Amino acid sequence: MNISINHPIIKKSQSLIALFLLCLFISLLSDKFMTSTNLWNVLRQISVNVCISVGMTLVVLMAGIDLSVGSVLGLSAAVCAGLLKSGLSFESMDLFVGFTVLGAIVAAMLIGMLLGLFNGWVITKFAIPPFVATLAMLTIARGLTMLYTEGIPISNLGPKFEFIGSGWILGIPVPVWISLIMVLIVVFLTNKTAFGRYIYAIGGNEKAAFLSGININKIKLAVYGIAGMMAAVGGVLVTSRLNSAQPNAGMSYELDSIAAVVIGGTSLSGGVGTVTGTVIGAVIIGVLNNGLVLLDVSPFWQQVVKGIVILLAVIIDKMNQKNK
Amino acid sequence: MLEAVNISKEFPGVKVLNQVNFKFYPAQVNAILGENGAGKSTLLKILTGEYTEYEGEIKLNGETVRFSSIKEAQNAGIAIIHQELNLIPELNVTQNLFLGREIKTAFGLLDTQKMEAEAQIIFDKIQLHVSPKTLVQKLKVGEQQLVEIAKALLSNAEIILMDEPTSALSDKEIDNLHRIIAQLKTENKTIVYISHKMDELFRIAERYTVLRDGNTIDAGEMKATTEQDLIRKMVGREVLIEKKTSENHFEDAILRVNNLNLINPNNKSRKLLQDISFELKKGEILGIFGLMGAGRTELLETIFGMHPANSEFDIEINGSQSIHKKPKNAIENGLAFVTEDRKTEGLVLGMDISSNISLTNLKALGLLNNTKDKASAKDYIEKLRIKTPSETQLCQNLSGGNQQKVVLAKWLATNPQILMMDEPTRGIDINAKNEIYNLIKELAANQMSILLVSSEIPEILALSDRILVMAEGKIKASYLAAEANEDKLLKSALPE
Repeated sequence: MNISINHPIIKKSQSLIALFLLCLFISLLSDKFMTSTNLWNVLRQISVNVCISVGMTLVVLMAGIDLSVGSVLGLSAAVCAGLLKSGLSFESMDLFVGFTVLGAIVAAMLIGMLLGLFNGWVITKFAIPPFVATLAMLTIARGLTMLYTEGIPISNLGPKFEFIGSGWILGIPVPVWISLIMVLIVVFLTNKTAFGRYIYAIGGNEKAAFLSGININKIKLAVYGIAGMMAAVGGVLVTSRLNSAQPNAGMSYELDSIAAVVIGGTSLSGGVGTVTGTVIGAVIIGVLNNGLVLLDVSPFWQQVVKGIVILLAVIIDKMNQKNK
Repeated sequence: MLEAVNISKEFPGVKVLNQVNFKFYPAQVNAILGENGAGKSTLLKILTGEYTEYEGEIKLNGETVRFSSIKEAQNAGIAIIHQELNLIPELNVTQNLFLGREIKTAFGLLDTQKMEAEAQIIFDKIQLHVSPKTLVQKLKVGEQQLVEIAKALLSNAEIILMDEPTSALSDKEIDNLHRIIAQLKTENKTIVYISHKMDELFRIAERYTVLRDGNTIDAGEMKATTEQDLIRKMVGREVLIEKKTSENHFEDAILRVNNLNLINPNNKSRKLLQDISFELKKGEILGIFGLMGAGRTELLETIFGMHPANSEFDIEINGSQSIHKKPKNAIENGLAFVTEDRKTEGLVLGMDISSNISLTNLKALGLLNNTKDKASAKDYIEKLRIKTPSETQLCQNLSGGNQQKVVLAKWLATNPQILMMDEPTRGIDINAKNEIYNLIKELAANQMSILLVSSEIPEILALSDRILVMAEGKIKASYLAAEANEDKLLKSALPE
């Protein structure tokens, strides 16, 4: 059989093949890699990035970018932990509202969504480039997190809440379940709904989409809102895993998230890409991180290697486009 | 002398230039005449090194040259002044003038003083009364044009191509330009001049070359010809498609546009469209003809709700008032708009045929029904004879004619009462053209009302029941199919 590198099937599953080779390579060098403990651990670790990155994928598909996801994660995590721990008290009205675990999580997701909607509002209302608008939010949300936490972690959030990050259901870690559900929801959105089709259309040709009667601003608003909410879900996972909300939680997570999207084959100029690609991208980054630790590579070299992998992914992608 | 011998240029499926010949002489103004689409721009792009692939030879002072880049053409002494000016607004006039050929001091730094001094000398010569430090964005259009000319002079160009240089100038600015051209002639420069304004050509040009459908029709001295004669040569092609002669009578007005005005967003004191009123009747094909810049596209765009901030107008559809603040409103009121540029406005090229066709018809919160969308796409592929292996083919892989058919299908899928089309057959081959003509006729026969904008006279004549002619943002004339002919249309379309 004659299979060339340009065969469509190989091209389509390029990132999957890369992941396979990566796993093979690491397991040859370290016998700790291919153990179930380690693999579940890897999946648990990447579940946060997966949640953020599927939201980011929608933004990037629309030819946008969201640099604020890490800070949004931080603020919603802090609010989640704060509400759980001390509730809301309105002294003037002599009122105290306590929060259940679910209540605190929903509140966190709402905060994330609101921050995202604010991003979308600035971008659509004032025609500000997404890069700038979300860069501003990156600083604002981080500042608010510091103000809210006063720079001190909020810890000891109770066993019920801890279960979300550390528990197991049917032999699978809870964070993996949660990220899987998020992925399925977003895959459904992109493939089966008009909303998803509009995202691709806007990213592919915004003017044609506008002329087709699509309400561009509404869609953009919704997408940034979803991205914020996904970041908040990531925030809940991180907080629960540590049983503590750190003031600097999520710092520079936007970079890993954009890396996952790009490695997964989504074009930064919009219109092309898939959510499943992003998931594979996130897994590649996770496996790479894990492998480098197992192989005792210094953290400084880890960063260098990660950067090189991102570059390679994008260069290969560019070359594929040229061959078309 | 600049000479072309049997120049031919083909784009996939279309022959734009077919064995074109000409001779342009120094110390003369050599006019190129032709309708839109006659091949003038293509010719200019070959002469200036933008298009590098063509058949035939270009001879410069007897020697064959073949430019492989714009830079090479410039070095050979050919400069062009584009219809749309190519200056950088944020830089000052001197910086623009010397862009890419800056004068440097002994240390390799910019010698601003020297450049400004040289700029001043050239400005004095062409009577451009601005300081060399003025930002280009502060200049009027006429002044910007002079900066472009200064740029050409600075490069010591021997051959200066001007593409409709006076289309945006005031009378005074035109006079000044003509004076400069006269001066350039005395310096033995070759001027190649494209213009639609006949009186202007008779005033300044010595020689003419007429292009039509990519062929050289005639060339000669302006002295030996008349305006009538030139117009006849420009349009007098063999009419491939028959002119519509049947007198159809239409009763009910489906669309009434009253007092439509559109302000130029870049210059609030000027109007792009002025006091436009007309009606479209049920089942009628209303042609709108005009030359480049007449405001045809802007008219359709405004009706479709694309310029809400700068326009004012009343629209009645089926007797009731409509408000179009965005395309969505217009679509909901039964309008469809097949835009001029299928690549940038019509299609999402990276999506497949089926997704593009269904794009106008999805419910924002609804689920996709791929089976239904694909079936509908298949119907249109068959009905419009779109050549494609399947409905899941990406639109970027289709030919121009087939892309155009997908755009049509996409709008037909909205079941419109009124179909607006802007240059529906631009850049597609003759067969696809004919298929689209037949389709348009069939749609009208089934009581769809059609607004057809075209710069191709035969197309307008073949399809329209009635024809409006636009020039300079106004409706200049209206003809019934039976009374219209090529001469009348072109004459009404020429700016005053």
